[in-house]
Amino acid sequence: MSLDQLYQQIILDHSKARHGSGLAATAAPDGASTGQSHQLNPVCGDEVTLRVAVDHGTVTQLAWDGAGCSISMASASVLSELAEGMTVDELRSVIGNFRDVLRSRGKIPADPEILGDAAAFEGVARYAARVKCAMISWVAAEDALNQAA
Amino acid sequence: MAVVSTPTTLTRALSAMDNAEVLRIRNDFPVLNQTVNGRPLIYLDSGATSQNPLSVIEAEQEFYEQRNAAVHRGAHHLAVEATEVFEDARQTLADFVGAAYEEIVWTSNATEGLNVISYALSNAALWAAQGRGDSRLRDLALGPGDEIVVTEMEHHANLIPWQELAYRTGATLRHIPLDDAGVLRMDEAAEIVGERTRLLAFTHASNVLGTINPVSDLVALARRAGALVVLDACQSAPHLALDVKQLDVDFAVFSGHKMLGPTGVGVLYGKQELLDVLPPVLTGGSMITTVTMERAEYLPAPQRFEAGTQKISQAVALAAAVNYLTETGIDRVHRWESELGQRMVAGLEAIDGVRVLGPAAGQDRIGLAAFDVAGVHAHDVGQFLDARGIAVRVGHHCAQPLHRRLGLTATTRASAYLYNTTDDVDEFLDAVSGVRAYFRA
Repeated sequence: MSLDQLYQQIILDHSKARHGSGLAATAAPDGASTGQSHQLNPVCGDEVTLRVAVDHGTVTQLAWDGAGCSISMASASVLSELAEGMTVDELRSVIGNFRDVLRSRGKIPADPEILGDAAAFEGVARYAARVKCAMISWVAAEDALNQAA
Repeated sequence: MAVVSTPTTLTRALSAMDNAEVLRIRNDFPVLNQTVNGRPLIYLDSGATSQNPLSVIEAEQEFYEQRNAAVHRGAHHLAVEATEVFEDARQTLADFVGAAYEEIVWTSNATEGLNVISYALSNAALWAAQGRGDSRLRDLALGPGDEIVVTEMEHHANLIPWQELAYRTGATLRHIPLDDAGVLRMDEAAEIVGERTRLLAFTHASNVLGTINPVSDLVALARRAGALVVLDACQSAPHLALDVKQLDVDFAVFSGHKMLGPTGVGVLYGKQELLDVLPPVLTGGSMITTVTMERAEYLPAPQRFEAGTQKISQAVALAAAVNYLTETGIDRVHRWESELGQRMVAGLEAIDGVRVLGPAAGQDRIGLAAFDVAGVHAHDVGQFLDARGIAVRVGHHCAQPLHRRLGLTATTRASAYLYNTTDDVDEFLDAVSGVRAYFRA
């Protein structure tokens, strides 16, 4: 597998223009219930603090701050774009699907119908050392949803 | 049993290593003969773990094929042979670092060696409080008001055991800070290492900065204070001539797998008068004289610290690794690696946006360089290099406080050994020069 298949254009784009980044400067929408989670990968120092806002069962905002490699930052950005407007159940299901694809070592192909831009992370599944990079914000989102619910 | 200089090693000692010799050396290392991602493997991660020459692999295999038996017990032929090669290996290691045979304790790795010292010292406090053991234990026991000193550049293995020793004994842990260039603040060291200091632990050569620390100055401070000295020699023993007596340290530790040996074996050196009185840490078989249902008496070092069946084949293989280094000439290896280290640093400094940690080009360093690439995370740098078959280490290299001090969370580290050519370094530098463009930094 080539480097370009891992670092797809969409990943490099999102790692630079980070959607939803800037948690501290982003106020949660009025009336929404929120949950927040901080995740750290001690191996590489990747770090994400992520907050979800839920209003009547719908994710109205997913904001985050983080530091880390391009995979982890792009993954948080894609997640933020994807999550807003989904119901809590939909987002949980998408997170589950993303995890299955990434942990499959390449056996489960990513379905763009389900994962949208996040399907670009399919190549990460072939790099066991990088799966956690792609997962960190999704784990944070799962944890934050539990607190917001 | 001592390593004798043969005419070959004497001749070699006079000549510098070159790429042609390194390519011959490389033939001894089967694992290096492979392609990674379609490119010939360039292994620049020896600071994490080194590769094994055939002679080391064969030594371990030969042991299992011809001599395998438990050592120090049994009178049969194999047991005698196994004991002999196991203890010969100890002598080889002792000679390599200028120690006496009884002062070499086998451990699993350097981390275990440091933990053994840490626990032996807190056990000394327990024994001294009960009046058990040698009266000298009272001098070795730490307690409230006593201080343990480390440096800000330590590997976690030479930090956490001292944090925990402080916790167990009530002593206080202090550290010698670094300046912005990552050099030990020796002016502050002279203030910090004082009459309360009971133990000073520091690394000989930094696994991140590549700095070789001023051992004699630090030992002098410790001696003035009457403190014990623990030297982390993980990054020095594999790469330069180490003489524990000349350095006058009380303890030193290093790992086999970083010096062409197998994993699972390391060495703890301790001055005999200390090892013989310190309480053991692990207890059980092979380390006792008499045992009753109530209590036991313990052997002197090294068996005192070697409870249970030891890593016999690994020790034998490590001795083969030391022989390989000795035959090549450790001083020649050191000079060659310094050259590679200088080439790395000079080349990295010339790349836009790359910041090298530790001494600048032209200043003394071992053959490794850790660096930051502006706007690109170390994991991405490592992945980019891997795609070109180049193996480096990424992360905090088990030195979080050091990275924090330098305002970083993760860096990329290239570390060379005797099987790396200047072409390897040039190929690596060429790859690094393409990183920022690829990631649009």
